[in-house]
Amino acid sequence: MNLTIKITDEPTKSIVHLSGEIDAYTAPNLKETLIPLTQQKSRIVEVDLEKVSYMDSTGLGIFISALKSTKEHDSKLILVNIQERVLRLFKITGLDEIMNVNAAIRGGSE
Amino acid sequence: MEKFDFIELKVPAKAEYIGVVRLSISGIANRMGFSYEDIEDLKVAISEAITNTVNHAYHDGEGEVTIGFGVYNDRLEIMVADRGGSFSLNEIKDNIGPYNETESIEDLREGGFGLFLINALMDKVQINNSYGVIVLMTKYIDETEVGFDDDQISTTQ
Repeated sequence: MNLTIKITDEPTKSIVHLSGEIDAYTAPNLKETLIPLTQQKSRIVEVDLEKVSYMDSTGLGIFISALKSTKEHDSKLILVNIQERVLRLFKITGLDEIMNVNAAIRGGSE
Repeated sequence: MEKFDFIELKVPAKAEYIGVVRLSISGIANRMGFSYEDIEDLKVAISEAITNTVNHAYHDGEGEVTIGFGVYNDRLEIMVADRGGSFSLNEIKDNIGPYNETESIEDLREGGFGLFLINALMDKVQINNSYGVIVLMTKYIDETEVGFDDDQISTTQ
């Protein structure tokens, strides 16, 4: 019931590896980590959700905040390897239309 | 009267207990024979209801959330109440009426997509705010038995 956050920095890109559950308990920590990354001009922030087994609207809220931040700071947010159950929430809310979301591909990462 | 088993759970209105309630509902729904997909939906719906309570009902970080599970043959009824006191299922159900447009549910909608998701994932959702806020939501074990017309939100004052 926790969320582990690991960041790998590349020259133009930060990859945020998440593992665990995103809910009201784990959300504040994720937000504190994610938002500053998106505040770096031109930075690509790639969030890997392959190991996120559970997410609810608090997670959606954070990604909305992060997306807004990318518009302000000219950075980019990409969500990758989203599991079917989590992706469903993006689809139900229509957020998959306004966000760069990529489903998990069987057999590993893209 | 239709028979059902009733399970009541009371947790502090703190975010760290939402996951504990998810585990509980997972166990109850699994015992009832819900599919894996439906159990995941139930976990999200109950978490949304409790998150609303944790975020809005108690600003001082104190208080309790009472969760009631009505276990029926064909469905699971879940109640989430932001008052710590124990409640009677039938008494609360009597106080829930149809949605009235003049009543405000804006406070709940502040949670963003929370209530929207509850409504999308459950077969029936009703909200009572006579004593604090009580969310009553129902999910049927066999979804095909339920008409889409049941997807609605009701509030009573």
